[in-house]
Amino acid sequence: MSLLRTRGLRAFYGDFQALFGIDVTVEEGETIAIIGANGAGKTTFLRAVAGALACGAGMVEFDDRPTGARSAHEMVRRGVAMVPEGRRLFPSLTVEENLLIGAYCGRAGRWTLPRIYELFPMLAERRGIAAMSLSGGQQQMAAIGRALMSNPRLLLCDELSLGLAPVVIRDIYVCLGAIAAEGTTLVIVEQDINRALDASARFYCFQEGRVALTAACRDFDRAAITSAYFGL
Amino acid sequence: MTEWLNILIQGALLGGLYALFAIGLSLAFGIMRLVNIAHGDLIVLSAYIALVTVNATGMHPLASVVVVVPVMFALGYALQRGLLNFTLGGGLLAPLLVTFGISVIIQNVLLQVFNATTYRLQAGPIETASVGIGGIAVGVFPLIVFATATLSIAGLQLLFYRTAIGRAFRATSDDADTAELMGIDNRHLYALGLAIAMIFTAIAGVLMAVRSTFDPAAGPTRLIFAFEAVIIGGLGSLWGTLLGGMVLGIAQSVGSALSPSWQILAGHIAFLVILVLRPSGFFPRTRD
Amino acid sequence: MAGVTVERSTRASRAFGIVLLLGLVALATLPYWSGAGTMRLVSEMGYYLALAQLWNLLAGYAGLVSVGQQAYVGIGGYVLFYLTSDWGMHPLLAVALAGPIAAVISLPVALAVFRLRGAYFAVGTWVIAETFRLGVSLIESLGAGSGMSLTPAIVRQIAPDRAGRDLIVYWVSLAIVALVCAVVYLVLRSRHGLALAAIRDSEPASASLGVDTFRTKLTIYVVTAACTGVVGAFIFLQKLRLTPEVGFSINDWTVVVIFMVVIGGIGTLEGPILGVIVYFVLREFLSDYGTWYLILLGSVAVAIMLLAQEGLWGLIARRFDLRLFSLRRHLSH
Repeated sequence: MSLLRTRGLRAFYGDFQALFGIDVTVEEGETIAIIGANGAGKTTFLRAVAGALACGAGMVEFDDRPTGARSAHEMVRRGVAMVPEGRRLFPSLTVEENLLIGAYCGRAGRWTLPRIYELFPMLAERRGIAAMSLSGGQQQMAAIGRALMSNPRLLLCDELSLGLAPVVIRDIYVCLGAIAAEGTTLVIVEQDINRALDASARFYCFQEGRVALTAACRDFDRAAITSAYFGL
Repeated sequence: MTEWLNILIQGALLGGLYALFAIGLSLAFGIMRLVNIAHGDLIVLSAYIALVTVNATGMHPLASVVVVVPVMFALGYALQRGLLNFTLGGGLLAPLLVTFGISVIIQNVLLQVFNATTYRLQAGPIETASVGIGGIAVGVFPLIVFATATLSIAGLQLLFYRTAIGRAFRATSDDADTAELMGIDNRHLYALGLAIAMIFTAIAGVLMAVRSTFDPAAGPTRLIFAFEAVIIGGLGSLWGTLLGGMVLGIAQSVGSALSPSWQILAGHIAFLVILVLRPSGFFPRTRD
Repeated sequence: MAGVTVERSTRASRAFGIVLLLGLVALATLPYWSGAGTMRLVSEMGYYLALAQLWNLLAGYAGLVSVGQQAYVGIGGYVLFYLTSDWGMHPLLAVALAGPIAAVISLPVALAVFRLRGAYFAVGTWVIAETFRLGVSLIESLGAGSGMSLTPAIVRQIAPDRAGRDLIVYWVSLAIVALVCAVVYLVLRSRHGLALAAIRDSEPASASLGVDTFRTKLTIYVVTAACTGVVGAFIFLQKLRLTPEVGFSINDWTVVVIFMVVIGGIGTLEGPILGVIVYFVLREFLSDYGTWYLILLGSVAVAIMLLAQEGLWGLIARRFDLRLFSLRRHLSH
């Protein structure tokens, strides 16, 4: 029984079709990567899984239950949390308040405020200041921490490395490794292929709303992946 | 000299009532970006509910809040959840025109049920009691109204900045989409937001019913006073709304001292002048 | 791309143009085949249609939802009454002058009110109208609270006899309505109209493309104010009596107009026409019911905004893929 399974997932923005039948499986405890060019449908996929985008009820199965029609806030309660693209911290809230919002749904678990501060010490130092005055990397850590506060079984990470310096990205992926080691299932969406593939066991390559390629990261060479990425 | 001090104090205390009018409007805009054109009519509706309660039970008008507040709270929740939630997120026409329609409906329903007679609730000796402060007689009732406004705003600040639900309101106001991703049920929160706003609308309605006469058509004027207080004080700041109410009250008080028929006009003029000179008000906080 | 031209009219719109022409001829000759009562009714429908088209231009096209257009109705009325009583001007000339005067007054109003956005703009326009109402009721030379009347001497300047006056006033009303509709139509077909469509779709995007959103909106606001002033002056030419309450009445000049446009179909030229017709038909049957009538109107307007924002015309147009006024440009080979 997989933790997450999508069957023939189709998704639309109004009349525009963004996903054309995506089949993805994620086992509990795995870290998988979804890569692809801009507009390939990666974010759309995450939003559909997270419940932010409506789709057919049976198209998404989480924990063996159909959840495609469930709304985002219900999905959080079931254990699916998202670190949205562009961080999207709440400007009116301090760093600590942003983290506390993550715990709004009240799911109990390992991730409490003190543990988040252990994982991200620089957030503890800045807990009382406005969230938007953090640097890009610190904001990303706050966004991850915020999502963790809901003690998710499945954590969806959308373009964590966007706009960040390589050194910062490296630190973030170290933290991701720590999170995965605790048993959280991760789906990582990235345009930076190398980071994503290094962190993951398997990957899916999306191209124009379809799965172009999927395999274990170990088994594939970068050239083949690049071809699939660009649809060559 | 004391003449002018008296005018200033009367005006400032009147501002407390206007701030109470404005709280509901301010909350709805702050949380849901909804400008409720029916807001004034809901204040008047509260006054009529108080009237019915007092007539049915004989209780003191001020005590009728224990009935009016829960009723308006429930009404606010139902109105937002059942109707207004569907107007959000699609541009400004729908919320504005729907609340405009609701305003007309409320006014005419009240007219149908209660006719055009003006009413006022009698609260007994408290209406005319006064205390001497520094040689000036200050009405006890206006002081109570002002204190209510101040306590209400202080309470709301506590709610917004010290509680989990307050955090949720602020987050939803910032970014409703991401708030939903964090587990916040927007539809429920918006409904709760209007319900809370209605608590203060109800209180304002009861106090207004004692302080002055009201009739079914009195809604729009209350809306305008509330609106002027909010704009003068600055969108997004509740304490600013209190200040805005006081500025409005003082302007009206000064106008009224010159000639009674100048009272409301003086308020409008003060509002327009401030609008032109300092459009974001005194304590603006909201990003648009 | 050879052989492709940009066209404005469709077959339906050309057919409609002919129907419209025939209709106008029928209306113009109405005095000869019907009585004074019908003339008054048509006049009244006419000025409501004019107000509706103007409000629609402002709110449906320019996105400036004003709940204060009654300010210019009242201003138009007072311009007429003041110029005829105190300056001895010919009433029809005074009606015409109401336009430019209302336009001039609308400039400082816009200065204040354009600082507000969205629904706050709406309430701001309301405050302006209230300010005018209260202000005028304090001015003695404008009759203060008790208002002004058009004396028989003034009215006789239009024509010496009753029948002649009715005839002239009727044709003037047709002329004004036709003029207002033409102005609205031309604005929407012009550069400004295209700009408005762009602004309505996305203000930031159109601003970044060089559309001067402020100038466009200001122009529309002033033009609408001027036309509303003329219509307002004309309304009170017929009514002969004006008080601040009636002149600046939100219920008479704004609530009803908004309901007409919303029910008919906001943001289309055909919508207000349909809305006026529906309103008058309903009024025929329901006017005895006073408050229930308004409750019904309000409920229908709410229902339409929630369920069918394009209004009755929108539903019809979608069903039959119809567009009677040729505003869109399309390609043809």
